[in-house]
Amino acid sequence: MTIRGSKKLWTGCAVGLVWFLILLWPMLGIKPEGFEFAATFQVFGYVAVAAVFVLFFYQVKEAGYLDAAGKPIQSAAGLIQRAYAKTPTWVLLGATLAVAIVFPLVTGRYAHDVAISVLIYICLGLGLNVVVGLAGLLDLGYIAFYGVGAYTYALLSLNFGFSFWLCLPIAGLLAAIAGCIIGYPTLRMRGDYLAIVTLGFGEIVRLILNNWMALTNGPNGILGIPRPELFGFDFRSLASLYYVILAIAVVTVLSVYRLNYSRIGRAWEAIREDETAAELMGVNTFLLKLLAYAMGATFAGFAGAFFAARMRFVGPESFSFLESAMVLSMVVLGGMGSIPGVILGVLALVALPEVFREFELYRMLVFGGVMTLMMLVRPAGIWPAKRVGRRSEEME
Amino acid sequence: MVDNQPILELRNVVSAYGRIKALKGISLKVYPGEIVTIIGANGAGKSTTLMTICNIVKAIEGDVFYKGERINGVGSDILPTLGLCQVPEGRRIFPRLTVMENLDMGAFFRTDSAGVKEDVERVFELFPKLRERRRQLGGTLSGGEQQMLAMARALMSRPTVLLLDEPSMGLAPLLVQQIFDIVRMINGQGVTVVLVEQNANLALQCASRGYVLETGSVVMEDAADKLLANPDIRKAYLGE
Repeated sequence: MTIRGSKKLWTGCAVGLVWFLILLWPMLGIKPEGFEFAATFQVFGYVAVAAVFVLFFYQVKEAGYLDAAGKPIQSAAGLIQRAYAKTPTWVLLGATLAVAIVFPLVTGRYAHDVAISVLIYICLGLGLNVVVGLAGLLDLGYIAFYGVGAYTYALLSLNFGFSFWLCLPIAGLLAAIAGCIIGYPTLRMRGDYLAIVTLGFGEIVRLILNNWMALTNGPNGILGIPRPELFGFDFRSLASLYYVILAIAVVTVLSVYRLNYSRIGRAWEAIREDETAAELMGVNTFLLKLLAYAMGATFAGFAGAFFAARMRFVGPESFSFLESAMVLSMVVLGGMGSIPGVILGVLALVALPEVFREFELYRMLVFGGVMTLMMLVRPAGIWPAKRVGRRSEEME
Repeated sequence: MVDNQPILELRNVVSAYGRIKALKGISLKVYPGEIVTIIGANGAGKSTTLMTICNIVKAIEGDVFYKGERINGVGSDILPTLGLCQVPEGRRIFPRLTVMENLDMGAFFRTDSAGVKEDVERVFELFPKLRERRRQLGGTLSGGEQQMLAMARALMSRPTVLLLDEPSMGLAPLLVQQIFDIVRMINGQGVTVVLVEQNANLALQCASRGYVLETGSVVMEDAADKLLANPDIRKAYLGE
């Protein structure tokens, strides 16, 4: 590296550190009793030393002094990549599924709990992915459909004694209908306006859940929702519930995959790329956008019904805007339009915070930092959707 | 050529963006098998005319007839199935779909996969460049290639009437010549072409008849060679 490049790097580092200090001090230093500097400079000291160390290491690496250690690692990475490319897809998918099936047998309650919420969010993320990633409609009120699904199961099972398995499709259907009701007036709008209106509708649904005392028991929520049951088998343990949501997630992945590579999926992508041009090519854009909404909502409805059964309680606060934002973050972070991407995004945003539970206080700070870094380094997501025209190749 | 019923006809069509009238009563006729060009300055309403035919912009007055039937209320997505297809201004291909997928989108409503396959070959013969690039994303093509892709995509719907909006926009002169050659070739295969152009010179050389638009009205219509010889036209649109 040239002297000039090195200078630029260190200047950047220094400016970054000064910024960090300016942001850090108000958070740590301003207290009701007055200003305090010791704590700030202690944290700042750690970060500064770490930054200098990392930068130094980076420069040494750039200069090639670490080639002795780096080359074997690189060739190993290359080897893995080649092995990955050579392995047929079904082997990889089979291995993933096998791991998913064996998982609850070798882990404890806590891991089951985290895994269940990962799978719920996978269903939600993939559903939202249909709307945002494929059809390109920014939906900020997506969690409303999750709520519709959850309350559908809660009310039908408690008031009419419907079984979970019967309620699952009903929850999906009702969520889809809700999707159409919300979509019909809003889909005439495009871009930012659509986002704002969906945000509004999401809040409306939450407020209805919160205030319709007679039906939803308002902010107290609904208690004592029965667990799923199948031929006398009671899904009592978390492990058995895990398999239920795993099955739902697998169905979701398969359906989204099929949709992705269908005529409808391509029409959605065309709408995302250029709505007017799609219409000029004979795509009924309104109907297809409505369908995207309904399909996305259906998966949220399934996930919602399961959520109600798993928690045995539903309350309106589970369906706040923050949840919509979380699901959207997962989709964007993972890679819009890509199924493995969304799954990785969910893992990153649900499982990792659990791993870093130690940092409790700084979780949101770390979360924001990681998101910013990701958008800078990999703006298309962890595993971006790759369009290589597989359908056309199949035609040949 | 100008003996039978017009295949496409506009009668006193008025359309507007909000309160601003873009077309103030346009009437024009297109007969089967001909190339008709619509020329005019920026903002004269050329593109709006095409968008109104395709019902993207709604006509608030007047009638649009296609094959003798009024198509005013017919949805934009139905028209391609009737054989009326537009290549919109600025190409508007699907940038993150591959060339092949773009072409497949052109044949979206068609169910005869054998025929579609045949048409892909036919289109590749017309645009050999696209065959080389068929697995590339549309957005990675050059401007000229994108224009070709946009035209190829429209041809995939087997149009009877092809509406072309400024195919020469932003292209090098050599490419423009090539595009116009292809327009003639498409027309030679029996497709009626309505050509909207800024490049009045080339458009009039290519077309059999022309309409001149000025601030939303047709101010002149004539055979293309007569328009080309007209001193007023030469002065206003050919820069003489």
